[in-house]
Amino acid sequence: MAATGGIGRAVSGPALAHPVTLVRIAIVAALLLAWEALSQSGWLFRDVVPSLWKIGGALGDLLSSRDYWWHLGWTGFEVGAALLIGGLSGLLAGLVLGGSRFLGRAFEPFLYYLGPTPKIIFFPVMIMWFGVGPGSKIALGAISCFFPVVLSTAAGIRQIDLVLIRVGRSFRANAWQMALKVYLPAMRHPVINGLRLGLGIAIIGTLLAETKLSSRGIGFMIIQAYATFAMPRMYALLITLFVLAIGANALVGRLGGVGKRA
Amino acid sequence: MTRDRVLPAALGLGTFTAFILAAEALIRLGFVNRFIVPLPSQVAGAFARVVAEEHVVARFFMTAGEALVAGLLLTAVGISLGALLYRVALLRAACETWIAAMASAPIVLMYPLFLVIFGRSAWTIIMIGFMAGLPPVILKTIEGFAGTRQVLVNVGRSFNLTRGQQFVKILFPAALPTIFVGLRLGLIFALINIVGVEFLINFGGLGQLINDLAERYDLPGTYVAICFVILVSVVFFEVTGRIERWLRPAE
Repeated sequence: MAATGGIGRAVSGPALAHPVTLVRIAIVAALLLAWEALSQSGWLFRDVVPSLWKIGGALGDLLSSRDYWWHLGWTGFEVGAALLIGGLSGLLAGLVLGGSRFLGRAFEPFLYYLGPTPKIIFFPVMIMWFGVGPGSKIALGAISCFFPVVLSTAAGIRQIDLVLIRVGRSFRANAWQMALKVYLPAMRHPVINGLRLGLGIAIIGTLLAETKLSSRGIGFMIIQAYATFAMPRMYALLITLFVLAIGANALVGRLGGVGKRA
Repeated sequence: MTRDRVLPAALGLGTFTAFILAAEALIRLGFVNRFIVPLPSQVAGAFARVVAEEHVVARFFMTAGEALVAGLLLTAVGISLGALLYRVALLRAACETWIAAMASAPIVLMYPLFLVIFGRSAWTIIMIGFMAGLPPVILKTIEGFAGTRQVLVNVGRSFNLTRGQQFVKILFPAALPTIFVGLRLGLIFALINIVGVEFLINFGGLGQLINDLAERYDLPGTYVAICFVILVSVVFFEVTGRIERWLRPAE
């Protein structure tokens, strides 16, 4: 994707007086004003677009309730388990497929074709296999996470500079040392990128499964808010969810040093 | 060369066939419960029944229609917004990172909100698909315009083209392959979300079919419906991929 244009870099001076910052503040202010005006106008059904004060109040109530943190804990556990299972299996499969051109050609087409399939359609199967509890949500999250990780890892292995491999061999590194000192550091960026994608998709898969059939988790809370038409609460939940999802994505990227120059 | 391609393909297909046969054997021998996993032969036998009784063709066209409307909206809105952001550099600098962040946001989880706004209708499904597919179209449109070779722009200027002519004759054709990459990504995101939301809200085409059959505990039928969705995804992915490759040499 294209990088942010030169304006941001070209203009110096205090951060707040920066034209880009001013435009951003103006856009946010205009959106909030438009939202509040729409909320007060009565053009839409009451509470479909609730007042910002109501949403703020609901957000405060949500963050101060123990219930929310309990549900968030469940969702966090399910997403974490999904990432662990899907990420590790994706990493191993990616190492095998990326390490062998023959195996890659044999099995990667299946992964490329299954990759863009909406994984939520496998949820009925997961329910049959793992039950209606957290198992089916973890399984769906793991399946969702598996594909980006395996494809990124396989591509990452193929991109390793041959010079690095020759250097490792010239030092007579054994297979374990080659893996730890050459392969893994060299393919860190594609693997972390795959994990970032996998994390995002695991969050979506797990939460969608929670909205479909669950009695706990943030997805369950969202669908409960919908069922009881608690719109300010639903907006508050969506805000926390978006902040958490984008934050988790940024954190994984930062931990892996993605975006920094090598 | 042919051997390099045929042998791996044979291994892939052979492994897949062996997996199906092993599943059939394990279920028949009672190692796997047939009330949890249906026999692959039962699934194969259910294809004709599901096609005939569950109106698969009509459902396919319904999903395709939703994807088409979402695609048209993506083309009109996404390319226009991309062109606007390319033209207004300050706005682009302010918004581009937000749009990139939106690409990683779990937009599909807003479906209960869309249900409240649009009701349990095709519009909920279309709008979720549209929203999910919008960021790559906008970002790739900007990238396409920004990547136009300066020599082409200079040629346009030397012919005294107006800004409109410059856009239609130079910028847009040069950016088209990259814009199509964005449209393809956007359409893939849209299709994934459309089928997903159909399944979740039990409305529409192929996604609803899976939900319907699962709720009726028609296991072979559920697997058949899943196969249909995978088939549609594969065909869509392959066709748009070919169009993308066809457009690329024009760059």
